[in-house]
Amino acid sequence: MIQFAVEIPYWGQSLLRVLGGLVAVLLPAGTIVYLFLFKMMSFMQSRLGPMEAGPYGSLQLVAEVGKWMQKEDLAPDRADKSIFKMAPLVVLTSTFLLVVVVPFGPDAYFTNFSIGVFYGLAVASISVLGILIAGWASANKYSLLGGLRAAGQLIAYELPMVLATLGVVIQAGSMNLQDIVVAQNTGEIFGFGGLGNPFILTQFVGFLIFMIAVQAELTQPPFDMPIAESELVSGYMTEYSGFRFLIFFIAEFATAGVFAFIAAVLFLGGWGVPFDWFSWNSIDDVDDWMNVAGPLIMFTKMLVLTFIIMWVRFSFPRFREDQLQTFAWKVLIPLALANTAVTAILKVTF
Amino acid sequence: MTMMSERQQLSYIASQAADARLNVELETEGMTLNIGPQHPATHGTLRIICRLDGEQVVWAEPGCGYMHRGYEKLTEVRTFPQVTTLVNRIDWLGSFANEVPFILAAEKLMEIEAPPRAQVIRTILFELSRIANVSLFLGDLGVQMGAVTPVFLAFRDREYVLNLIEGATGGRFHPNFDRIGGLKDDLPKGWIDETRQAMVKLREFCDIIEDLLFGNEIFQSRMRGIGIIPADVAKDYGLSGANLRASGVDYDLRRDQVLPMAWDKADWKVWTHPDGDSFARCWVRLQETRESCKIVEQLLDQVPAGPIMTKVPRIIKVPEGEAWVSTENPLGEMGYYVVSKGDLGPFRVKIRSASFNNISIVPWALKGVYVPDIITILASLYFILGDIDR
Amino acid sequence: MARLSDAPPSTDTDETPALPGDGLREGIVDDLRHRIGDAIIDVHLVPNDDLWVRVRTDAWRQTADALKAAGFTFFGFLSGLDWLPSPFGKGEEDPTAEPEEPDTEIRQGVTGGDTRFQVFARLVDLDRHVGITVKADVPDDEPVVESWTTVFAGANWHERECHEMFGIGFAGHPDLRNMYLPGDFEGYPLRKDFPLLSRMIKPWPGIVDVEPMPTADEPPPESLQEGSAS
Repeated sequence: MIQFAVEIPYWGQSLLRVLGGLVAVLLPAGTIVYLFLFKMMSFMQSRLGPMEAGPYGSLQLVAEVGKWMQKEDLAPDRADKSIFKMAPLVVLTSTFLLVVVVPFGPDAYFTNFSIGVFYGLAVASISVLGILIAGWASANKYSLLGGLRAAGQLIAYELPMVLATLGVVIQAGSMNLQDIVVAQNTGEIFGFGGLGNPFILTQFVGFLIFMIAVQAELTQPPFDMPIAESELVSGYMTEYSGFRFLIFFIAEFATAGVFAFIAAVLFLGGWGVPFDWFSWNSIDDVDDWMNVAGPLIMFTKMLVLTFIIMWVRFSFPRFREDQLQTFAWKVLIPLALANTAVTAILKVTF
Repeated sequence: MTMMSERQQLSYIASQAADARLNVELETEGMTLNIGPQHPATHGTLRIICRLDGEQVVWAEPGCGYMHRGYEKLTEVRTFPQVTTLVNRIDWLGSFANEVPFILAAEKLMEIEAPPRAQVIRTILFELSRIANVSLFLGDLGVQMGAVTPVFLAFRDREYVLNLIEGATGGRFHPNFDRIGGLKDDLPKGWIDETRQAMVKLREFCDIIEDLLFGNEIFQSRMRGIGIIPADVAKDYGLSGANLRASGVDYDLRRDQVLPMAWDKADWKVWTHPDGDSFARCWVRLQETRESCKIVEQLLDQVPAGPIMTKVPRIIKVPEGEAWVSTENPLGEMGYYVVSKGDLGPFRVKIRSASFNNISIVPWALKGVYVPDIITILASLYFILGDIDR
Repeated sequence: MARLSDAPPSTDTDETPALPGDGLREGIVDDLRHRIGDAIIDVHLVPNDDLWVRVRTDAWRQTADALKAAGFTFFGFLSGLDWLPSPFGKGEEDPTAEPEEPDTEIRQGVTGGDTRFQVFARLVDLDRHVGITVKADVPDDEPVVESWTTVFAGANWHERECHEMFGIGFAGHPDLRNMYLPGDFEGYPLRKDFPLLSRMIKPWPGIVDVEPMPTADEPPPESLQEGSAS
């Protein structure tokens, strides 16, 4: 923990961590929704987007949240009520659990697991459960179709994501996310340390696979069969309204943000800039102001990656689910395996 | 040798029974899914009842009639000019095109022809309504599949055409402009130049859509090879318009029959596609939109001077007889069989609407496809509810 | 308008001479006579324009087979005709005038007929670009004709609609249920004796009169553009 002049008791530190977690999850969600969903999508579609609430529609998010929260809490008559109500929370919980391992600075992290990557990937799969039980508990055939499609899709795309991360782990030599950041920023490309060694350069195949898998994990088009608005109305979210839908909505974009954080950590160098710029040699050399700049740098990198995710979302039509599965099993997984093999070979020989 | 205790035996039997119960409960039969009548994908209140086995359709049946307005009965109590108002609302996206076959049938019974100026302007407005109709289809195609961007571009560029139609006729959606013997009014000043500029924009729109949507690999994999309708099945069901031409049948009512309209004054091509799948239908419509722009541009140069209306009495009585006129409307072949008894209004009008036949093939076409393909096949067949239900 | 008979079309004294046909439609009629022979009751041919054929009721499906074999493979539509003049009028009569005797005489149209109901269909030959309208009487006592679904699959929906609107039965149709109307609807709406309720409740307020067609020596009416009814 940072050396403050004041000694913060443990409960204070935990409170700070909880608040930080909330900010780390909700701030990206809000930014992504306003900046990309409302404004960027509108500009790409040659329209303006929300302009009424606040200057240039900046308070639209506040209006939306207020609207959703004051709606009636409905549940279908034949729905399995307790599970129906639990499903959105499961999805959101997995996001919060995932952000716990993301480092925002040399000392600005929530936890520092030595198996951070392993934990992160494991926890990311909890949202699958949430979607499945949402689809089943809604007592609606559309939701059921959406939930079943989600189950197949999300499980299929977990594997490419894991395998893509494997390449990074091999190259960094550690599963600890902080170590991965340090490895990228202290690394050198052919002796030139000015850029560090962001793994996107060597692991470009892995990066591509990871981003595609993330798009599928978020059920964004072109992989949004579970939602498939023109067929299933809203898929597993059809019967949800009011506050519960808000949770799903926030969870969708918060997860996008958090996955972008993780991708930034794994491939873009995380919170750091190449240590060469400031002649640091290891993480102990890093100055304390990096704990303030780090989150900002992470935020910027997250925005860049989310921009790509959203851009693809607005442009492409969606895959049919058998084409989607074929793509995962027959294209992405062999590619990811090959990537891992090549990385391992190169790591050993060089 | 171990002997199971009685307690163990009982628990074993109980677990077997529980398994058996579970097997019976998990025994799945087909699920019946109702797509519509309120649904984002159906262009209106169409209901498709599907029986699914997993995600595959076992049988599907459209249930129409949610928008049945009884047009054929309504025409029997109206005079001929009043029927024009009614008939606008059958295919409301390309409304001018609905009036034309009826007016032509009435003129055929009266043995009069509209003056050349009116014929050319009628053809121009007809093609403009086709462009308005099909450009919405092109945008909508993306939305059915999840690409949300093309529809906004389509609506933006369609505004040019709707403004033109409004400028000439006074109504964006229901122009009600055709009259027996000619047109209601002449064109406003500057309309011809505006139309030329709009056609340039519409061509650009077609190019954008082709790049954005048709060139997309996902679009192609969703549409190619899906919903193949062979030519003889298409003819059996009376599929018409782009649906028929996409199955390789070279038949276009604008070229293949003689009507007092101006299509023969322009140099244009009929597009066909040999495949007969969903992609072919969409592609043919895209090319037809471009062709319509070409026709309009050529006809704009050839608008003759002259009266806009022949001499007809103020109150029109159509002599006794029966006439059938059909034209190549945006949705397909639309025709009117007008039976007149010499009255002020028709005795019976049979409205042959294109979408009725186009959708009658749905039970045949949807056997064995996946649920997402239902949406794409329906989208490619392209129907308007008013056209099916009249 | 010429009637196809054994004699060549003669010019009537009070009509313009008939246009020379191009033999296409005449050839079609001859071909049809070869196929179904005496099932043809009447033919109405407008040269270069259109062709109507009325056949015997029991040869309705046979006609479809024959036409399909002759090249008319495109199914246009199939529907019914009710020749009874409407007993309700149009609700447009001048309320100050004497109500007229309602016309109850059934006069069939172009190719004649013997019954109140007729069923008619349109088929097109896409290669020769010619269409044909076939009609058949529907017997008054038992309004049933053969179904065309075995010949043209598209006739399925058209026959369902004709059945629910006119009450004409189609023997051999696999599933003759309502197309548009709810299942428990009573009556057949497109029959002339089925009232249009909206006109019953509120008659149309317009009063109409009639003008003859302007002849060449009459001065043109003031408004050349006005074509709509009052």
